[in-house]
Amino acid sequence: MPTLTEKILSRASGRKVEPADVVEIRADLVAFHDLTGYHVIEVMEKVGRTQVWNRDGIVVAFDHLAPPPDVRSAEIQSKIRSFIRESKLPNFHDVNFGILHEILIEKYVNPGYVVLAADSHTTTSGALGAFAQGMGASDIAAAAITGKTWMVVPTPFKVELRGTPAKFVTGKDVALKLLGDFKADYFNGMSIEVYVEKPHDFPTDYRATVSNMGIEMNADALMFVPDSETKRYVKQMRGYEPQLVTPDQDANYQESYTIELDKMEPLVAAPHSVDNVRTAREVQGTPVDQVFIGSCTNGRISDFEIAAKILKGRKVKTRCIAIPASYDQFMKAMNSGLIHTLAEAGCVITYGTCGPCLGGHFGIAGPGETILSTSSRNFKGRMGSPDAKVYLAGPAVAAATALKGEITDPRDVE
Amino acid sequence: MIVEGPVLKFGDKIDTDIIIPAKYLKYTDPNYLAEHAMEPLDPEFHKKASRGVILVAGKVFGMGSSREQAAIALKAAGVKAVLAESFARIFYRNAINNALPVIVVPGVSREVKEGDSVKVNVETGEVMINGNRTLKGKGITGMALEIIKVGGLVNYLNSAR
Repeated sequence: MPTLTEKILSRASGRKVEPADVVEIRADLVAFHDLTGYHVIEVMEKVGRTQVWNRDGIVVAFDHLAPPPDVRSAEIQSKIRSFIRESKLPNFHDVNFGILHEILIEKYVNPGYVVLAADSHTTTSGALGAFAQGMGASDIAAAAITGKTWMVVPTPFKVELRGTPAKFVTGKDVALKLLGDFKADYFNGMSIEVYVEKPHDFPTDYRATVSNMGIEMNADALMFVPDSETKRYVKQMRGYEPQLVTPDQDANYQESYTIELDKMEPLVAAPHSVDNVRTAREVQGTPVDQVFIGSCTNGRISDFEIAAKILKGRKVKTRCIAIPASYDQFMKAMNSGLIHTLAEAGCVITYGTCGPCLGGHFGIAGPGETILSTSSRNFKGRMGSPDAKVYLAGPAVAAATALKGEITDPRDVE
Repeated sequence: MIVEGPVLKFGDKIDTDIIIPAKYLKYTDPNYLAEHAMEPLDPEFHKKASRGVILVAGKVFGMGSSREQAAIALKAAGVKAVLAESFARIFYRNAINNALPVIVVPGVSREVKEGDSVKVNVETGEVMINGNRTLKGKGITGMALEIIKVGGLVNYLNSAR
């Protein structure tokens, strides 16, 4: 009986698919951002086909170079704005909206969709049960023109999340646990389907973090099986209840894995690899120069709630940068006083930019510095200097670390 | 389709931030990108690769970002093919789309060392090492092979019209 992967890709290809089939599939959404978008448009121009297959199916957001840190970035954004104007694309989000993957889940993606975008973290939309995958500029140009692509149907792998998360355990810890237990190459060629036993105890914010890091596991997709929490999220964000596409009850998985959420503790990934996973306790005391709370991985309201709770009435000892992933998340954080709390604690705050995650701007890592970041990658040189060290963690470890100036288990600063 | 050359060897999990750092992604010019290929690991890489080399690597070569410049930079630097235990999916597609042969060769990171001379049959996946031993990889066939032969996806789409 079909898994979620098989159901979605069968619908999108118009035939019953099985793992390892090479299929042509139709996309529901094709998306790009500024740093890949100009390249996508360049490819479309080179093949002389700048008409998109469906204007409503294209989503564009400026985030990597937002607002532009240099002249070339401004030039790239101008080029894309002209293309958007000439092509009359309605779903365009300039520098004051937010990070593409956050905008996709807030406004566009429904369960069962196929989402293709020119960015690896496209897997984020799996949080709502969409088959979402990143591709390069040429593949996305072809998809924007035709509305189609080819792919190899991945082998589904089942993950079950049982129980209620232990104190300070969120989506990041689940993502890091999968990376630590399986390592970064295990899921290559697979799609991960996550079942949540208590849907509302593992909300969409957490799910988005796990799906986001599906690409760090080298999975083709990481989807949460849509449930009552998926309905709640879409209704809250857009005012309607989505149709749920789910695997059959007796869906067949070759492999499965269970995580007991109440037995977990806060985790970190140590330099320079996402699967170099330790408990926060194991690396506590490591001096840190800068903390970053934000990105498409962990820039949502629940992340800032957790950080603000730890930092309320206290002062940070590191440089601390906080960036809600979108205007919507920023406004929610402002209206509930979280921005005020974080600013009082000494954080530097903006919104809707990838910022330092990829070493672009707004807090690039210097030589010899140590960064603790809620983003998704700690590869050598990722956040700036190749001589910097990056630790990855969730918002609670990040806030506790900013407070103490060294890596700290949040259970020690309550 | 046969490619051959001396081997430059890398380990497991070579990511795209290593292959071409994000600060160079505001341009797509192959020659500019080539100068910065593999820079965080070896700033001299482009000089070593310029004579025409075969890269050999371990697991999930090209993991990380979707940046197509990773494939463009390697090819322009002089890399004729990449042989690895496995590839990250996005990089693999980007390489094909830019006519850089990428071949999964089980055991290659164990059996081949830096400086070896290898000859690769892109279609059959057969790898001849120093003229006296062979390894069997996964050849490239069908549409992917056609894309490589005409010089990449842009040429393929243009020629198909």
